[in-house]
Amino acid sequence: MSILITPQTKILVQGITGAFGAKHAQLSLDYGTQLVAGVTPGKGGQFFEHGAHKVPIFNSVHEAAAATGATVSVIFVPPPFAGDAILECVDAGLDLAVCITEGIPIKDMIRVKRAITGAKTRLIGPNCPGLVTPGTGENSNGGCRIGIAPGYIHKKGHVGVVSRSGTLTYEAVFQITSKGLGQSTSVGIGGDPVNGTNHLDVIKLFNADPDTKGIILIGEIGGNAEVEAARWIKAHCTKPVAGFIAGATAPAGRRMGHAGAIVGGHEDTAAAKIAVFQECGIEVAATPSDMADALLRAAAKKGVSLA
Amino acid sequence: MNIHEYQAKALFEKFGVPVPKGAPAKSAAEFDAALASLPEGPTMVKSQIHAGGRGKGTFTDGYKGGVKFCKTKAEALEIAGKMINNTLVTIQTGPAGRKVQTVYFTVASDIKKEYYLAVLLDRASSRPVIVASTEGGVEIEKVAHDTPEKITKIIIDPAYGVADFQLRQVITALELTGNEAKNAAKLIKNLYTMFWETDAAMVEVNPLITTPSGDVLALDAKVSFDSNALYRHPEIVALRDLNEEDPKEIEASKFDLAYIALDGNIACLVNGAGLAMSTMDIIKHFGGNPANFLDVGGGASKDKVVAAFKIILGDANVKGIFVNIFGGIMDCNVIAEGVVEAVKEVGLKLPLVVRLEGNNVAKGKQTLSNSGLALVSGDTMADAAQKIVKLVA
Repeated sequence: MSILITPQTKILVQGITGAFGAKHAQLSLDYGTQLVAGVTPGKGGQFFEHGAHKVPIFNSVHEAAAATGATVSVIFVPPPFAGDAILECVDAGLDLAVCITEGIPIKDMIRVKRAITGAKTRLIGPNCPGLVTPGTGENSNGGCRIGIAPGYIHKKGHVGVVSRSGTLTYEAVFQITSKGLGQSTSVGIGGDPVNGTNHLDVIKLFNADPDTKGIILIGEIGGNAEVEAARWIKAHCTKPVAGFIAGATAPAGRRMGHAGAIVGGHEDTAAAKIAVFQECGIEVAATPSDMADALLRAAAKKGVSLA
Repeated sequence: MNIHEYQAKALFEKFGVPVPKGAPAKSAAEFDAALASLPEGPTMVKSQIHAGGRGKGTFTDGYKGGVKFCKTKAEALEIAGKMINNTLVTIQTGPAGRKVQTVYFTVASDIKKEYYLAVLLDRASSRPVIVASTEGGVEIEKVAHDTPEKITKIIIDPAYGVADFQLRQVITALELTGNEAKNAAKLIKNLYTMFWETDAAMVEVNPLITTPSGDVLALDAKVSFDSNALYRHPEIVALRDLNEEDPKEIEASKFDLAYIALDGNIACLVNGAGLAMSTMDIIKHFGGNPANFLDVGGGASKDKVVAAFKIILGDANVKGIFVNIFGGIMDCNVIAEGVVEAVKEVGLKLPLVVRLEGNNVAKGKQTLSNSGLALVSGDTMADAAQKIVKLVA
């Protein structure tokens, strides 16, 4: 199994006719993902063509979901319209909305988050690389790739990866694959201060997934989501967990690329979060090059095989 | 994006948050006109820079205090002359300090008591929060650490705004009654409206004061805005003061590069914010010092890499460069060609370590080795970091 998505999951793309959305829709189709619909208001009835694929485009998420059975949307629409795109997924009753868009005003996300509280739809992102559940084909083809992550670095396996950063997720995934192991699902939750799904939500899913045998938790400065996840891990998680926190050298009060990566006080520094990780029994990776090795150390301590 | 105190107070007045009467002056020639708009009597002279700790700061010519109380307007005129175009060093400016290009005169208010008031984002609840304390005029982090019971946090429902009962909670926590309570409630509600309507990231009033006559005033004002929302606030973009920003950071923003100058000597060029942060960290981990944060983004073109190279080389402290790329979707060869072109264009004499991994990496490495450039290749991030630290040491 995996979490949130499987190779059978049917997805639609909001913003499929924009350059960025189109490029990544093509890559997902090449990966073998069940990408069944596109949504661009005003372009309903047209088709998104790529090789042998001919994906129908609809004017709304409702129509696309009803006609194709898609249960997940990936959002590539520009920041001023992205909040609205998320709400449309919730209104259409999708299972999951994955928002890739970077640069959405915080106020828009505060309102969206308030509006979707209690709704059936889970939001991942915004400002995130998306999710991958690897397939069994060559270079993990045949899996479900939602978003902008490189599919080919994955391998079907049993390590769950959750991170706020795209490139650090890829580093971790690549290291795991290079060691001959693989991933159940890799999840990028995004670098914004207000997001739909946090570290803890994903950790709970990994802990409950029988196919996930070990977890890599990647965080950064700002907020207390990693600390919250670590405390829960100490109390409830039965699986080996390795952790890494980026931003030890970041100056206080400066936003380090991600809107949410900013040291606001004494408790959201890298040092403070690493101290909590250690206290909670999470094996800390000293550098990003050490992430897969740290998980292997954690697994060895628990006598768990990750293969 | 940050703005000056005098700009923040103009916004406060627009939203009905009372402030002491004041007037800014951008040169000595404007002092007389500014002071003429204020009544005779005790006057404050305040240096306008985007950094805290102004009152306890020292100017580079030895003059002490970036914020001064003056008994008369004549004295204020003299003191302002010492501040304008002088460079103020505070705990937040770094040793280089900031040049004072605007001086703000205000009526010196009679203070009965000082409080703390702020509106910002509460990340845990993803909602705005009002933070208030009876301990004003001091560092709020210290209050939070020493006497957390003296800080009140009220989470606001964004769909409804500040409810009246919540205003009463804040007023009660601040131990205000009568006219003071009534005036403070109005001020708090208006401050929240300003936070919400302007897409502010944070609005901080420290201190908020009561006066013997029952007035409640914002004596200081610190406001920052969500840069993602600036596109819908041209009136706020107009308040940006480029003099307060690092010229290298301004140049980087023109190319859509996320760059932050630091004080080390190893420049970094990285794709992705998380990887860029941890590239700085790994340099430090192996005993070096990063000169900057630089994220070229997911879709970096050759031109962007060339621009990035020029910016990091504009920092005179830089003694070596570390290029760290994990090309997931991005083609490593595009980065490699950009690096080669940039190095040729700028005539690089400093040590350069490049670590490439990911998409089309073999071609990228070939491009680098065929270029004939004296660069060092790193296999992993750790290997490359150790190499650049050694080369610069």
